[in-house]
Amino acid sequence: MMGVFGAIVRRDLRLALRQGMDSVMVVMFFVIAVVLFSFGVGPEPNVLARIAAGVIWVSALLASMLSLERLFQIDYEDGSLELLALAPVPLEVAVVAKVTAHWLTTGLPLILAAPLLAVLLRMDGEGFGILIAVLLIGTPTLSLIGAVGAGLILGSRRGGVLLSLLILPLYIPVLIFGVGAVDAAIGGFPFKAHLLILGAFLAGSAALCPWAAAAAVRQAIE
Amino acid sequence: MTQFTGKDLLCVRGGRVVFTGLDFSVGPGGALVLIGPNGSGKSSLLRLMAGLLKPYAGIVAWDGEGIAEDPEAHGGRMHYVGHHDAVKPALSVHENVSFWAGLHGHVGTVDGALETLAISHLSDVPGRFLSAGQKRRVNLARVLAAPSPLWLLDEPTTALDKATITTLERQIAEHRAGGGIVVLSTHGEIPLEGAGVLELAHFQAGSGEIAA
Repeated sequence: MMGVFGAIVRRDLRLALRQGMDSVMVVMFFVIAVVLFSFGVGPEPNVLARIAAGVIWVSALLASMLSLERLFQIDYEDGSLELLALAPVPLEVAVVAKVTAHWLTTGLPLILAAPLLAVLLRMDGEGFGILIAVLLIGTPTLSLIGAVGAGLILGSRRGGVLLSLLILPLYIPVLIFGVGAVDAAIGGFPFKAHLLILGAFLAGSAALCPWAAAAAVRQAIE
Repeated sequence: MTQFTGKDLLCVRGGRVVFTGLDFSVGPGGALVLIGPNGSGKSSLLRLMAGLLKPYAGIVAWDGEGIAEDPEAHGGRMHYVGHHDAVKPALSVHENVSFWAGLHGHVGTVDGALETLAISHLSDVPGRFLSAGQKRRVNLARVLAAPSPLWLLDEPTTALDKATITTLERQIAEHRAGGGIVVLSTHGEIPLEGAGVLELAHFQAGSGEIAA
C-alpha cells in the first residue's frame, strides 16, 4: 500500500515538474496579491506591519485555491481516475497521495516565499518563525479540505468558481488561528494554544477529508 | 472452479432502465461477447462488472462473493479498458505503462508488453505525440503488463489497425488458454472461439420509466 502511495506521489510530482507551471503560477499569484495589498493600503510602515500576517494568510489561501480545481479534473477527463478507483488499493490512499503531491508542489513553495513577503511588508521579526510554523501546519489542512471540494465539482462546468464558494468558508477557522498565532507572537503573548488548535484542525481533516473526497470522486465517476 | 457471475441485474441510468433481469456466468477460459445497438447498456454492464457502477438490483459475484464486499481484491484480479485511454501527455509510453503495472505489483513486464503490441520503438516518446490507435495500444499494454485473471474490454478495437486487432485476438486466446476470463463489448469485429454471446437488446424494460 505504501508502494502504491509512493508511486502516485512520484507520478504526480513528475507530471507537475514536466508540464506544470502550477507551482510557479501559484507563487507568482501569491507575490502579486501581497504586493497589490501594499499598494492599496499605502506605504505607511506601521499599517503594513500591523496587517502583514493577515495579508499573507489571505493571499496564501487564494493562491492555494488556484490549482485545486485541477487536483482531480485532469485524471477525471483522461480516464485515469477510473483506473485509480479500480486499483487494488482503497481510493482513499490514492486521494491522500494526490493531496500530498499537491501540497508539495503548491503549499511548500508558498511557505518558502512567505518570509520574503513578510520582509516586504515590514512584519516584526518576532513573527517570522511562527509564520513559517503556522503555514507548515495550516497549508496541509487547506489542501485536505480543498480535496473534498475538488472531488465534488468533478463533471460540473465553471467548477473553479463553485469550488471557491464551497471551500473558502471552510478555510475561515484556519485563517483566524493562523493569523492569531503570528499576532500573538509579535505582541509577546503565548501562542501555543493557537498552534495546538491548528494541529487539531490538521489531525481532524487528515482523518475525515480523505474519506469525504474519495466518496465524492466515486460519485463523480459512477 | 472460479466463476464470474451476475444475477438478476437491474441497471438504471438517469431515471431510465437500461437493462433488467440480466444474468451471466463465465468460467475459467471463457469469454463473453456483449452485443447490442447503441445505448443498450454494453458499457454500463462492463462498468457494473468492474465495480465502477453499482447495480440498482442484483449482484455481480466472483466465486460466489459479491464484488462490492471487497473492491480492492476485485481491482487486483481485474483489468478494465474503457473509452478513455488514461495516457498522460507528459509521461513517456514506458512511464505510462509502468505506472499502472506498478499499481498491480508488476514492474519487470512492461518491455515485453510494449514488444507484443509493437510500440517498443515508442518507449521514450511522450504521450502527447501519440495517435489515437497508439494510445489505445498503450492502454492495452497496461493490461498485458500486469497479468490478471479477468479482462473487461469496452470496444477494445476502437482506433486499432488490422494487424493490432489480430495481435489482440491472439493475446485474448492466450489469456483464455491460461484460464483467464474475458468479457468484451464489440460491434462484431472480433471472432472469439467458443465465446458466449449476450445480446443486450433482449433485456430492455418495456416502458423504460420507473419511479425514482
